Amino acid sequence: MANMESNFKNMTATLLIISLVASAALGLVYQSTKEPIALAQQAKINNAIKAVLPEFDNQPGNEAKTVPVEGGELIFYPATKQGQPVGTAVKTFSNNGFGGRIELMVGFLPDGTINKVAVISHKETPGLGDKMDPKKSNFSLQFEGKNPETFKLKVKKDGGDVDAITASTISSRAYCDAVTRAYNALKEGGKHE
Amino acid sequence: MSKLYNLTKGILKENPIFVIVLGMCPTLATTSSAMNGLGMGLATTFVLFGSNTVISLIARYIPDKVRIPSYIVVIATFVTIVDLVMQAYAQSLYEKLGIFIPLIVVNCIVLGRAEAFANKNGVVDSMLDGIGMGLGFTFALTLLGSVREILGAGSWFDHKFIQGDAILVFILSPGAFIALAYLIAIFNRLKK
Repeated sequence: MANMESNFKNMTATLLIISLVASAALGLVYQSTKEPIALAQQAKINNAIKAVLPEFDNQPGNEAKTVPVEGGELIFYPATKQGQPVGTAVKTFSNNGFGGRIELMVGFLPDGTINKVAVISHKETPGLGDKMDPKKSNFSLQFEGKNPETFKLKVKKDGGDVDAITASTISSRAYCDAVTRAYNALKEGGKHE
Repeated sequence: MSKLYNLTKGILKENPIFVIVLGMCPTLATTSSAMNGLGMGLATTFVLFGSNTVISLIARYIPDKVRIPSYIVVIATFVTIVDLVMQAYAQSLYEKLGIFIPLIVVNCIVLGRAEAFANKNGVVDSMLDGIGMGLGFTFALTLLGSVREILGAGSWFDHKFIQGDAILVFILSPGAFIALAYLIAIFNRLKK
Protein backbone atom coordinates (compact mmCIF):
# COMPACT_ATOMS: atom_id res chain seq x y z
CA MET A 1 0.00 0.00 0.00
CA ALA A 2 0.90 3.64 0.14
CA ASN A 3 4.51 4.18 1.01
CA MET A 4 4.50 7.93 1.26
CA GLU A 5 3.84 9.51 4.59
CA SER A 6 0.58 11.46 4.82
CA ASN A 7 2.05 14.82 5.75
CA PHE A 8 0.85 18.18 4.43
CA LYS A 9 3.62 18.60 1.86
CA ASN A 10 3.26 15.14 0.34
CA MET A 11 -0.51 15.33 0.13
CA THR A 12 -0.53 18.76 -1.50
CA ALA A 13 2.15 17.80 -3.98
CA THR A 14 0.39 14.54 -4.93
CA LEU A 15 -2.97 16.17 -5.52
CA LEU A 16 -1.36 19.01 -7.44
CA ILE A 17 0.52 16.68 -9.78
CA ILE A 18 -2.50 14.45 -10.39
CA SER A 19 -4.75 17.44 -11.12
CA LEU A 20 -2.16 18.96 -13.47
CA VAL A 21 -1.76 15.75 -15.45
CA ALA A 22 -5.52 15.23 -15.56
CA SER A 23 -6.22 18.74 -16.80
CA ALA A 24 -3.51 18.49 -19.46
CA ALA A 25 -5.04 15.24 -20.72
CA LEU A 26 -8.51 16.77 -20.77
CA GLY A 27 -7.28 19.85 -22.57
CA LEU A 28 -5.88 17.65 -25.33
CA VAL A 29 -9.06 15.62 -25.69
CA TYR A 30 -11.19 18.78 -25.63
CA GLN A 31 -9.10 20.34 -28.40
CA SER A 32 -9.34 17.30 -30.64
CA THR A 33 -13.07 16.68 -30.14
CA LYS A 34 -14.17 20.31 -30.35
CA GLU A 35 -14.61 20.30 -34.10
CA PRO A 36 -16.34 16.90 -34.42
CA ILE A 37 -18.79 17.93 -31.67
CA ALA A 38 -19.67 21.17 -33.45
CA LEU A 39 -20.08 19.26 -36.74
CA ALA A 40 -22.25 16.59 -35.13
CA GLN A 41 -24.53 19.22 -33.64
CA GLN A 42 -24.78 21.06 -36.93
CA ALA A 43 -25.62 17.81 -38.72
CA LYS A 44 -28.31 17.07 -36.17
CA ILE A 45 -30.02 20.42 -36.73
CA ASN A 46 -29.70 20.08 -40.50
CA ASN A 47 -31.26 16.61 -40.40
CA ALA A 48 -34.17 17.89 -38.33
CA ILE A 49 -34.71 20.74 -40.80
CA LYS A 50 -34.43 18.40 -43.78
CA ALA A 51 -37.12 16.19 -42.27
CA VAL A 52 -39.72 18.96 -42.19
CA LEU A 53 -39.00 21.12 -45.27
CA PRO A 54 -38.88 20.58 -49.03
CA GLU A 55 -35.44 20.41 -50.63
CA PHE A 56 -33.16 23.40 -50.00
CA ASP A 57 -29.55 24.25 -50.80
CA ASN A 58 -28.49 26.83 -48.21
CA GLN A 59 -27.22 26.28 -44.66
CA PRO A 60 -30.25 27.23 -42.51
CA GLY A 61 -28.23 26.54 -39.37
CA ASN A 62 -25.98 29.52 -40.16
CA GLU A 63 -28.87 31.92 -40.77
CA ALA A 64 -30.83 30.94 -37.68
CA LYS A 65 -32.72 33.65 -35.84
CA THR A 66 -33.55 33.28 -32.17
CA VAL A 67 -36.76 34.84 -30.87
CA PRO A 68 -37.29 34.94 -27.11
CA VAL A 69 -40.87 34.20 -26.05
CA GLU A 70 -42.54 33.58 -22.71
CA GLY A 71 -41.11 30.40 -21.15
CA GLY A 72 -38.27 29.88 -23.58
CA GLU A 73 -37.14 30.75 -27.08
CA LEU A 74 -38.00 29.84 -30.65
CA ILE A 75 -35.41 29.40 -33.36
CA PHE A 76 -36.20 30.20 -37.00
CA TYR A 77 -34.27 28.47 -39.78
CA PRO A 78 -35.02 30.07 -43.14
CA ALA A 79 -34.42 27.70 -46.07
CA THR A 80 -33.87 28.75 -49.67
CA LYS A 81 -33.22 27.00 -52.95
CA GLN A 82 -31.24 28.96 -55.57
CA GLY A 83 -32.05 32.11 -53.62
CA GLN A 84 -35.80 31.50 -53.56
CA PRO A 85 -37.37 30.89 -50.12
CA VAL A 86 -38.82 27.41 -49.85
CA GLY A 87 -39.98 27.63 -46.26
CA THR A 88 -39.01 28.16 -42.65
CA ALA A 89 -38.33 25.53 -40.04
CA VAL A 90 -39.22 26.65 -36.54
CA LYS A 91 -37.85 24.95 -33.46
CA THR A 92 -40.62 25.29 -30.95
CA PHE A 93 -41.61 23.92 -27.55
CA SER A 94 -44.40 23.46 -25.06
CA ASN A 95 -44.05 23.15 -21.31
CA ASN A 96 -47.50 21.57 -20.94
CA GLY A 97 -46.62 17.99 -21.86
CA PHE A 98 -47.67 15.17 -19.56
CA GLY A 99 -44.00 14.55 -18.72
CA GLY A 100 -42.79 18.15 -19.02
CA ARG A 101 -41.19 19.92 -21.94
CA ILE A 102 -41.77 18.88 -25.55
CA GLU A 103 -39.61 20.20 -28.39
CA LEU A 104 -40.77 20.09 -31.99
CA MET A 105 -39.43 21.20 -35.35
CA VAL A 106 -42.24 22.57 -37.51
CA GLY A 107 -41.70 23.23 -41.21
CA PHE A 108 -43.81 26.01 -42.73
CA LEU A 109 -44.08 26.71 -46.45
CA PRO A 110 -43.79 30.39 -47.46
CA ASP A 111 -47.60 30.83 -47.39
CA GLY A 112 -47.82 29.59 -43.78
CA THR A 113 -48.99 26.06 -44.60
CA ILE A 114 -47.52 23.36 -42.37
CA ASN A 115 -45.31 21.07 -44.42
CA LYS A 116 -44.23 18.52 -41.82
CA VAL A 117 -43.69 18.30 -38.07
CA ALA A 118 -40.93 16.34 -36.34
CA VAL A 119 -40.40 15.64 -32.66
CA ILE A 120 -36.98 16.66 -31.33
CA SER A 121 -37.40 15.58 -27.73
CA HIS A 122 -40.17 14.64 -25.32
CA LYS A 123 -40.70 12.79 -22.06
CA GLU A 124 -44.23 11.51 -22.65
CA THR A 125 -45.41 8.09 -21.47
CA PRO A 126 -44.23 5.24 -23.73
CA GLY A 127 -47.18 3.70 -25.54
CA LEU A 128 -49.48 6.68 -24.95
CA GLY A 129 -48.13 10.20 -25.40
CA ASP A 130 -45.08 9.06 -27.34
CA LYS A 131 -47.36 8.33 -30.30
CA MET A 132 -46.72 11.95 -31.28
CA ASP A 133 -43.55 10.57 -32.85
CA PRO A 134 -44.29 9.90 -36.55
CA LYS A 135 -42.52 6.54 -36.20
CA LYS A 136 -45.06 5.36 -33.61
CA SER A 137 -48.40 6.54 -35.04
CA ASN A 138 -49.78 8.80 -37.74
CA PHE A 139 -51.07 11.44 -35.30
CA SER A 140 -48.62 14.03 -36.62
CA LEU A 141 -49.53 13.37 -40.26
CA GLN A 142 -52.88 15.14 -39.91
CA PHE A 143 -51.02 18.46 -39.64
CA GLU A 144 -49.33 18.10 -43.03
CA GLY A 145 -50.60 20.45 -45.68
CA LYS A 146 -52.90 22.29 -43.29
CA ASN A 147 -52.88 26.06 -42.93
CA PRO A 148 -53.46 27.17 -39.33
CA GLU A 149 -55.47 30.07 -40.79
CA THR A 150 -58.30 27.65 -41.59
CA PHE A 151 -57.28 24.57 -39.56
CA LYS A 152 -58.04 25.11 -35.87
CA LEU A 153 -54.97 23.95 -33.92
CA LYS A 154 -56.90 22.50 -30.99
CA VAL A 155 -58.05 19.00 -30.13
CA LYS A 156 -61.66 18.23 -30.99
CA LYS A 157 -62.59 18.12 -27.32
CA ASP A 158 -61.63 21.81 -27.08
CA GLY A 159 -63.51 22.77 -30.24
CA GLY A 160 -60.64 22.43 -32.70
CA ASP A 161 -59.92 20.24 -35.73
CA VAL A 162 -57.18 17.97 -34.36
CA ASP A 163 -57.85 14.29 -33.69
CA ALA A 164 -56.19 13.70 -30.31
CA ILE A 165 -54.14 10.60 -29.53
CA THR A 166 -56.42 8.14 -27.72
CA ALA A 167 -55.95 8.43 -23.94
CA SER A 168 -53.36 11.20 -24.38
CA THR A 169 -55.34 14.41 -24.57
CA ILE A 170 -52.75 16.28 -22.52
CA SER A 171 -49.89 15.30 -24.82
CA SER A 172 -52.01 16.16 -27.87
CA ARG A 173 -52.88 19.55 -26.39
CA ALA A 174 -49.23 20.29 -25.70
CA TYR A 175 -48.35 19.31 -29.27
CA CYS A 176 -50.96 21.74 -30.63
CA ASP A 177 -49.73 24.37 -28.19
CA ALA A 178 -46.18 24.06 -29.55
CA VAL A 179 -47.30 24.23 -33.20
CA THR A 180 -49.53 27.22 -32.44
CA ARG A 181 -46.66 29.02 -30.74
CA ALA A 182 -44.46 28.48 -33.79
CA TYR A 183 -47.17 29.68 -36.18
CA ASN A 184 -47.99 32.82 -34.19
CA ALA A 185 -44.34 33.78 -33.94
CA LEU A 186 -43.86 33.16 -37.65
CA LYS A 187 -46.83 35.37 -38.47
CA GLU A 188 -45.54 38.17 -36.25
CA GLY A 189 -42.03 37.80 -37.62
CA GLY A 190 -43.44 38.12 -41.14
CA LYS A 191 -45.14 41.40 -40.27
CA HIS A 192 -41.99 42.99 -38.88
CA GLU A 193 -39.82 42.22 -41.84
CA MET B 1 -5.06 -15.84 -8.43
CA SER B 2 -4.37 -16.63 -12.05
CA LYS B 3 -4.54 -14.08 -14.85
CA LEU B 4 -7.42 -15.90 -16.49
CA TYR B 5 -9.37 -15.86 -13.25
CA ASN B 6 -8.91 -12.08 -12.92
CA LEU B 7 -10.33 -11.62 -16.39
CA THR B 8 -13.29 -13.97 -16.14
CA LYS B 9 -14.40 -13.59 -12.55
CA GLY B 10 -16.28 -10.36 -13.29
CA ILE B 11 -18.38 -11.93 -16.00
CA LEU B 12 -20.09 -14.62 -13.93
CA LYS B 13 -18.63 -15.44 -10.53
CA GLU B 14 -18.33 -11.87 -9.25
CA ASN B 15 -20.67 -10.16 -11.70
CA PRO B 16 -20.99 -6.56 -10.49
CA ILE B 17 -24.76 -6.45 -11.04
CA PHE B 18 -26.07 -9.94 -10.36
CA VAL B 19 -23.67 -10.96 -7.58
CA ILE B 20 -22.05 -7.87 -5.99
CA VAL B 21 -25.15 -5.74 -6.73
CA LEU B 22 -23.24 -2.46 -7.16
CA GLY B 23 -24.07 0.51 -9.39
CA MET B 24 -27.83 0.03 -9.39
CA CYS B 25 -28.66 3.61 -10.40
CA PRO B 26 -27.44 3.48 -14.04
CA THR B 27 -28.48 -0.18 -14.22
CA LEU B 28 -32.11 0.60 -13.57
CA ALA B 29 -32.26 3.94 -15.35
CA THR B 30 -30.50 3.33 -18.66
CA THR B 31 -31.65 -0.17 -19.61
CA SER B 32 -34.91 0.72 -21.33
CA SER B 33 -33.50 -0.85 -24.49
CA ALA B 34 -30.73 -3.31 -25.34
CA MET B 35 -28.78 -0.66 -27.25
CA ASN B 36 -28.79 1.77 -24.32
CA GLY B 37 -27.62 -0.99 -21.98
CA LEU B 38 -24.81 -1.95 -24.32
CA GLY B 39 -23.69 1.68 -24.78
CA MET B 40 -23.70 2.38 -21.07
CA GLY B 41 -21.85 -0.86 -20.38
CA LEU B 42 -19.10 -0.13 -22.91
CA ALA B 43 -18.65 3.42 -21.64
CA THR B 44 -18.25 2.10 -18.10
CA THR B 45 -15.87 -0.62 -19.29
CA PHE B 46 -13.57 1.97 -20.82
CA VAL B 47 -13.57 4.01 -17.61
CA LEU B 48 -12.94 0.91 -15.47
CA PHE B 49 -10.07 -0.20 -17.66
CA GLY B 50 -8.46 3.24 -17.70
CA SER B 51 -8.89 4.01 -14.02
CA ASN B 52 -7.76 0.54 -12.89
CA THR B 53 -4.64 0.78 -15.04
CA VAL B 54 -3.63 4.27 -13.91
CA ILE B 55 -4.48 3.72 -10.26
CA SER B 56 -2.50 0.48 -10.03
CA LEU B 57 0.50 2.38 -11.44
CA ILE B 58 0.34 5.38 -9.11
CA ALA B 59 -1.20 3.89 -5.95
CA ARG B 60 2.25 3.31 -4.41
CA TYR B 61 3.10 7.02 -4.54
CA ILE B 62 -0.15 8.38 -3.15
CA PRO B 63 -0.25 9.24 0.56
CA ASP B 64 -2.96 7.19 2.23
CA LYS B 65 -5.06 10.09 3.46
CA VAL B 66 -5.62 11.60 0.00
CA ARG B 67 -6.07 8.38 -1.93
CA ILE B 68 -9.86 8.73 -2.40
CA PRO B 69 -9.69 12.29 -3.84
CA SER B 70 -6.81 11.19 -6.08
CA TYR B 71 -8.79 8.21 -7.40
CA ILE B 72 -11.81 10.40 -8.01
CA VAL B 73 -9.75 12.85 -10.09
CA VAL B 74 -8.37 9.97 -12.18
CA ILE B 75 -11.84 8.48 -12.66
CA ALA B 76 -13.42 11.86 -13.47
CA THR B 77 -10.76 12.44 -16.12
CA PHE B 78 -11.61 9.20 -17.91
CA VAL B 79 -15.34 9.88 -17.63
CA THR B 80 -14.94 13.33 -19.18
CA ILE B 81 -12.94 11.79 -22.04
CA VAL B 82 -15.77 9.30 -22.69
CA ASP B 83 -18.28 12.14 -22.45
CA LEU B 84 -16.50 14.29 -25.04
CA VAL B 85 -15.74 11.43 -27.43
CA MET B 86 -19.33 10.19 -27.31
CA GLN B 87 -20.65 13.69 -27.97
CA ALA B 88 -18.44 13.90 -31.02
CA TYR B 89 -18.95 10.46 -32.55
CA ALA B 90 -22.12 8.93 -31.07
CA GLN B 91 -24.45 11.85 -30.60
CA SER B 92 -27.77 10.00 -30.59
CA LEU B 93 -26.60 7.49 -27.99
CA TYR B 94 -25.12 10.33 -25.96
CA GLU B 95 -28.50 12.05 -25.87
CA LYS B 96 -30.31 8.92 -24.74
CA LEU B 97 -27.88 8.20 -21.91
CA GLY B 98 -27.71 11.89 -21.02
CA ILE B 99 -26.84 12.61 -17.41
CA PHE B 100 -25.81 9.00 -16.72
CA ILE B 101 -22.51 9.37 -18.59
CA PRO B 102 -21.14 12.07 -16.23
CA LEU B 103 -22.59 10.04 -13.35
CA ILE B 104 -20.21 7.15 -14.07
CA VAL B 105 -17.82 9.14 -11.83
CA VAL B 106 -19.83 8.14 -8.79
CA ASN B 107 -20.56 4.60 -9.95
CA CYS B 108 -19.68 2.37 -7.01
CA ILE B 109 -18.16 -0.30 -9.25
CA VAL B 110 -15.42 2.00 -10.55
CA LEU B 111 -14.30 3.35 -7.20
CA GLY B 112 -14.96 -0.08 -5.66
CA ARG B 113 -12.52 -1.82 -8.02
CA ALA B 114 -9.93 0.92 -7.49
CA GLU B 115 -10.12 0.58 -3.72
CA ALA B 116 -10.59 -3.18 -3.52
CA PHE B 117 -8.33 -4.37 -6.32
CA ALA B 118 -6.24 -1.92 -8.32
CA ASN B 119 -4.36 -0.36 -5.41
CA LYS B 120 -3.21 -3.74 -4.11
CA ASN B 121 -2.38 -5.51 -7.37
CA GLY B 122 -0.02 -5.14 -10.31
CA VAL B 123 -0.84 -3.30 -13.47
CA VAL B 124 -1.54 -6.34 -15.67
CA ASP B 125 -3.86 -7.92 -13.13
CA SER B 126 -5.65 -4.60 -12.65
CA MET B 127 -6.14 -4.17 -16.39
CA LEU B 128 -7.61 -7.65 -16.68
CA ASP B 129 -9.78 -7.01 -13.65
CA GLY B 130 -11.06 -3.77 -15.19
CA ILE B 131 -11.88 -5.41 -18.52
CA GLY B 132 -13.51 -8.40 -16.84
CA MET B 133 -15.64 -6.32 -14.50
CA GLY B 134 -16.56 -3.99 -17.35
CA LEU B 135 -17.60 -6.87 -19.57
CA GLY B 136 -19.63 -8.34 -16.72
CA PHE B 137 -21.36 -4.99 -16.27
CA THR B 138 -21.94 -4.70 -20.03
CA PHE B 139 -23.29 -8.25 -20.19
CA ALA B 140 -25.68 -7.59 -17.30
CA LEU B 141 -26.93 -4.27 -18.71
CA THR B 142 -27.39 -5.64 -22.21
CA LEU B 143 -29.27 -8.67 -20.86
CA LEU B 144 -31.51 -6.49 -18.69
CA GLY B 145 -32.04 -4.05 -21.56
CA SER B 146 -32.89 -6.93 -23.92
CA VAL B 147 -35.44 -8.43 -21.53
CA ARG B 148 -37.09 -5.05 -21.00
CA GLU B 149 -37.08 -4.13 -24.69
CA ILE B 150 -38.40 -7.53 -25.85
CA LEU B 151 -41.20 -7.62 -23.27
CA GLY B 152 -41.95 -3.90 -23.20
CA ALA B 153 -41.58 -2.78 -26.80
CA GLY B 154 -41.66 -6.04 -28.75
CA SER B 155 -38.33 -5.32 -30.37
CA TRP B 156 -34.64 -6.14 -29.94
CA PHE B 157 -31.86 -3.68 -30.83
CA ASP B 158 -34.61 -1.60 -32.51
CA HIS B 159 -35.76 -4.48 -34.74
CA LYS B 160 -39.47 -4.67 -34.15
CA PHE B 161 -41.04 -8.11 -34.35
CA ILE B 162 -44.57 -7.49 -33.11
CA GLN B 163 -47.14 -4.94 -34.21
CA GLY B 164 -48.32 -2.28 -31.82
CA ASP B 165 -47.67 -2.19 -28.09
CA ALA B 166 -46.27 -4.88 -25.83
CA ILE B 167 -46.20 -5.04 -22.01
CA LEU B 168 -45.44 -1.35 -21.52
CA VAL B 169 -44.66 -1.54 -17.82
CA PHE B 170 -41.29 -3.12 -18.64
CA ILE B 171 -40.12 0.06 -20.37
CA LEU B 172 -41.18 2.15 -17.35
CA SER B 173 -39.35 2.29 -14.02
CA PRO B 174 -41.33 -0.45 -12.18
CA GLY B 175 -40.44 -2.84 -15.01
CA ALA B 176 -36.75 -2.21 -14.36
CA PHE B 177 -37.07 -3.42 -10.77
CA ILE B 178 -39.22 -6.42 -11.72
CA ALA B 179 -36.91 -7.55 -14.54
CA LEU B 180 -33.74 -7.03 -12.47
CA ALA B 181 -35.19 -8.99 -9.53
CA TYR B 182 -36.08 -11.96 -11.73
CA LEU B 183 -32.67 -11.92 -13.43
CA ILE B 184 -30.88 -11.89 -10.05
CA ALA B 185 -33.08 -14.76 -8.85
CA ILE B 186 -32.33 -16.82 -11.97
CA PHE B 187 -28.63 -16.01 -11.66
CA ASN B 188 -28.51 -17.15 -8.03
CA ARG B 189 -30.33 -20.37 -8.86
CA LEU B 190 -27.88 -21.14 -11.68
CA LYS B 191 -24.87 -20.45 -9.48
CA LYS B 192 -25.79 -23.14 -6.95
